Amino acid sequence: MPQQTPSDLSLIEHVLDTYAEVPGSLIAILQEVQETYGYLPMDVLELVAKRTGTPIATIMGVATFYAQFRLEPVGKYLIMLCQGTACHVNGSELISSAITDELGIEDGQTTPDGLFSLKHVACLGCCSLSPVMMINGTTYSSLTPDKAKKVLRSLAAEANEGGASA
Amino acid sequence: MRLVVGEGSCGLAAGAGAVHTRLEALLAEANPTGVELGITGCNGMCFLEPIVDLYDDEGALHRLVKVQEKDADKIYQAVTTGDLSLVDGLCISSEDAEFLSRQTRIALRDCGVIDPESIDDYIAHGGYQAISKILSTGMTPEDVIAEIDVSGLAGRGGAGFSTAFKWRAARNADPGEDGRKYLICNADEGDPGAFMDRAVIEGDPHALIEGMLVGAYAIGAAEAIVYVRAEYPLAIVRLRKAIADATERGYLGDNILGSDFSCTLRIKAGAGAFVCGEETALIESLEGKRGMPRLKPPFPAQAGYWHQPSNINNVETYANVAWIIVNGGAAFAAMGTENSKGTKVFALSGKIRRGGLVEIPMGTTLREVIFDIGGGIRDNKEFKAVQLGGPSGGCLPASKLDTVIDYRELGATGAIMGSGGMVVMDESTCMVGMARFFLDFTAKESCGKCVHCRLGTKRMLEILDRIVNGKGEEGDIEKLEDLCYAIKDGALCGLGQTAPNPVLTTIRYFRDELEAHIAEHSCPAGECRELITYYIDQDKCIGCTACARQCPAKAISGERKSPHKIDPALCIKCGNCKTACRFGAVQVK
Repeated sequence: MPQQTPSDLSLIEHVLDTYAEVPGSLIAILQEVQETYGYLPMDVLELVAKRTGTPIATIMGVATFYAQFRLEPVGKYLIMLCQGTACHVNGSELISSAITDELGIEDGQTTPDGLFSLKHVACLGCCSLSPVMMINGTTYSSLTPDKAKKVLRSLAAEANEGGASA
Repeated sequence: MRLVVGEGSCGLAAGAGAVHTRLEALLAEANPTGVELGITGCNGMCFLEPIVDLYDDEGALHRLVKVQEKDADKIYQAVTTGDLSLVDGLCISSEDAEFLSRQTRIALRDCGVIDPESIDDYIAHGGYQAISKILSTGMTPEDVIAEIDVSGLAGRGGAGFSTAFKWRAARNADPGEDGRKYLICNADEGDPGAFMDRAVIEGDPHALIEGMLVGAYAIGAAEAIVYVRAEYPLAIVRLRKAIADATERGYLGDNILGSDFSCTLRIKAGAGAFVCGEETALIESLEGKRGMPRLKPPFPAQAGYWHQPSNINNVETYANVAWIIVNGGAAFAAMGTENSKGTKVFALSGKIRRGGLVEIPMGTTLREVIFDIGGGIRDNKEFKAVQLGGPSGGCLPASKLDTVIDYRELGATGAIMGSGGMVVMDESTCMVGMARFFLDFTAKESCGKCVHCRLGTKRMLEILDRIVNGKGEEGDIEKLEDLCYAIKDGALCGLGQTAPNPVLTTIRYFRDELEAHIAEHSCPAGECRELITYYIDQDKCIGCTACARQCPAKAISGERKSPHKIDPALCIKCGNCKTACRFGAVQVK
């Protein structure tokens, strides 16, 4: 795991103020942590343990049980590639290969430039438009390997332009 | 004139948002009188998205389909000049319109009709009449349960357990000193291939709220919770607004409609775990813990959320409730078969011509759904199988197409009714690969509590992995069967007990295909990578070089305008060439 810089713990104080004492709130707290930091930083989890009085082992148990939670930062663009039945039948495996071919990353990995992360996810519920992938909230439907590569190239170009002008 | 853009998740994925933005900009600029622009949820015709419904001044509907952003100008011209012939080219064909006209909609009655973000629209379409009827006519909780009993409504999440029975059990349960009972909605639609519940919440959230209110009144709960998948962000947004609006209008909160009945409703977002669709695992998750099933009994009706009496139903089940109260249980029971009453919603997808949401009376045959409503297989291919019930269900072959949709009849085939996923496959789908796909899913999603499920699914996956990689051995089928029955017997919850179903149905109906993989190391469907070779039909290839340009491994050689060849030693079997070829020259053996 790469060395992580200390997180700004003040960002999560208001969430802990609201939920720390409410029984059954651990998942909701972790969702807020991820929303705030983009992942679950270890130092924040330690704070959650302290404030809620929950053993860190219990917190890690929950954090690793659910697919939504990440213990490491993700790239600027998170590619969620649907692995539902309809997507499978309509060739999601070819899309996965195309993404790997284009970016050199597999499921769960992030490109060295920190631009893209690939995550295989359970059904996104857009089965009639399969295969689909969702990138930062936008759904790309009826993909072909070619179309998927074009989407990634245009996002990369967008990011590079943004970087150059900034 | 009124324009209504279909903005469910699938409509938006297909580009409805851009169409809406463009129409809005055009209308804002000219501000023509008498033209309104609104939104609606998914009407289920996913194969025609994005869809814009145009209501003319007489109120007649002109349904415009596959509308692109560039078409917005044309639509704008049509509504502002009144010359609707301008959009003739976008109108739905009479053949496609049959997709809806052949359906009977109860759970989806207002999906794709009303504005899901407007409580007034819901009320204008008869919304909140069920709860008003109950509270104003003095129906007791027992009366409500009796009405649901008459309807024969059964749990639409898949198991098909009597709703009235569950409600009565929760009604009669003693809440002890704490005094609280809870009503929960399972909206953790995890079956990969099902999206009915998403469509209901996105398209008609008040129908869910009203169904839950009736349930809460019946069992005596003052607190209701909807557990929604985190993968459904739009559903959460729309439901949140609906709850706020309903609370403001006095349909939720204290002394609802001036009665003694009080009930609050809140949303809990799931965090991604298929097993949380199991009711006791869902309760654990609601309590902030790992979603691992509890031993039953006690059942949730006796000791559920925080060990208080709790009732859990699925979204589609609740979506039927208000209709039943308003129209009477007998009207609902008049539809369907002896064992299965009312209608069922299916999410039709896969290699189907018209994919989307289909609601039909129980007793309809699979053939009617797939061929009459779904239009059959696309690209003129042959029907091979239909998958029902996702990872807990099974694949049925063509010989079972005349099976009627009924809990018992479907159960007898080895598949299950399931929550409503219906994925259709053609000749190019490998059934062994399909079984492997589901086992891969359940092995990953097994919570790990029971040894049989945790290790058994892994061992099964290993065997299936060997088989699809051409390393199957004699006796593998028997080993798989042994494991299937051991897991069914040894698992605590529905996930494990049903995990072997996809494999058992594959053995039962597609044994030839399984044996071909094992004995001959060949994949008849031409899908398993390790067992196939790509080649170019020399008679069909015209030497256009399209395939060679797409080949990442540079395995294709040949002169321009003369037939090409694939070097099997270099080929990585990515299939790019087959997709690129427009002449059907790239083939698989």
